[in-house]
Amino acid sequence: MVLEAKEISFRYGKESRQILNDFSLQIESHERVGIVAPSGFGKTTFCKILAGYEMPDQGEVLLDGKPLDTYRGYCPVQMIWQHPEQVVNPRLRMREVLKEGDEIGEDIIEGLGIEEDWKKRFPAEISGGEMQRFCIARALGKRTKFLLADEISTMLDLITQSQLWSFLIEEVERREIGLLAVSHSMPLLERVCTRICYLEKS
Amino acid sequence: MREKKIVKDYTKQKMLVFGVLVGMVILIALFAPYLTSYDPYEQDLGNALLPPGKEHLLGTDRYGRDMLSRVMVGAQSTIFSALLLVVVITVMGSMIGIICGYHGGKLDVFLMRLSDIFLAFPGMVFAIAVASVMSGGIFNAVVALACISWPKYARITRSQVMAIKNMPYIEAAKLSGSGTLKIIRKHILPNIAGAIVVTAVLDIGTMIMEIAGLSFLGLGATPPTAEWGSMMSNGRSMLQTSPWVILAPGTAIFLTVMIFNLAGDTMRDILDPRQRKG
Repeated sequence: MVLEAKEISFRYGKESRQILNDFSLQIESHERVGIVAPSGFGKTTFCKILAGYEMPDQGEVLLDGKPLDTYRGYCPVQMIWQHPEQVVNPRLRMREVLKEGDEIGEDIIEGLGIEEDWKKRFPAEISGGEMQRFCIARALGKRTKFLLADEISTMLDLITQSQLWSFLIEEVERREIGLLAVSHSMPLLERVCTRICYLEKS
Repeated sequence: MREKKIVKDYTKQKMLVFGVLVGMVILIALFAPYLTSYDPYEQDLGNALLPPGKEHLLGTDRYGRDMLSRVMVGAQSTIFSALLLVVVITVMGSMIGIICGYHGGKLDVFLMRLSDIFLAFPGMVFAIAVASVMSGGIFNAVVALACISWPKYARITRSQVMAIKNMPYIEAAKLSGSGTLKIIRKHILPNIAGAIVVTAVLDIGTMIMEIAGLSFLGLGATPPTAEWGSMMSNGRSMLQTSPWVILAPGTAIFLTVMIFNLAGDTMRDILDPRQRKG
């Protein structure tokens, strides 16, 4: 499959500056693409647009040639956010958070090192790193075809980072999931990605 | 050396005490017909306006009816209609609030301007108008008060929903294909329920007063129904000669409203610790 962003332009509201200007990118299922840019260059915004959450002012997002919003139900493009604590409902136990995903396999849960004990807890009762593992697991549902990883490891220590990334790389290679990784860290992206793309100031 | 005193938190114990008190009031109201020693509606003109004594603990009214029995049976109509009213406005108001907050757009503008109109009008005046158009009866009083009380709940719910609906975890739920109803049920309702329940419990006391108020004005319960407001209205002219006729239902209202308010306050401390008073 191919995920394609065609000449995307975007800005928040009319007053603010142009964040993305005619930006195009194409990701294939077997690829792992890295995006590098300084803060405020619209990396997160771009991910949100790719996941169909924000509508671009111009341009379109195509999945296998069809606009993303024609896909109903579970979105084949899943996103992992930078701040795991904001993307889980504080009133749900982690077990329920996992259920939000699309039939998460036991192997994923094991591969990410999620312990049985954590699932009983509420989000406020586990650490950020533990929570990020749940968020990654949730995004790796059965029907996920593309994964957008927006600074997913910035808050983690180096050992955890390398654990998570090696699991992710293995998983996306095995299932042919296209990966888009966003980070400030060049060395990380050089290790993880097959291709790196620079977001220029527009 | 500085010492910091650790203040023990008695919130749980307080909740227990007030919870038991609220439970008792409700149980008394529920089983009032079986607990009373006299028929609250039986007139006994020979024993009219007896002061409190051994036979009649709270005295009798001008038709010789036992005040204690009437107050207990009156609890039923007053408290239960207040509870019914609170349930109705909570459900109705929060449903409208959720629709407005989540959906937005023209519907939101229309419903909110409508609620502005209701809020801008003095509530009791409006309730009196509605109640008198619909003729008396305690049920109509409930309907009249429901008409004017829902906007408060709609507003609270709406603002809460609007704050939550843009949280990233709602975005995440949308990406995993959750429909609107599922998002509201699973992600929004559990996060706003606390605030709504607290407001509702704190409102029970107010609603008891408003229902009693309408009945006092003759727009709620119709005689001979035992209802605290109408009982007070009956005793009004005898305040100087036989004060127990007005004091008995008055004290009942005072105590019940106080118990419900204290329970509501404590509940707020538990469910919504941010609003806690220093």
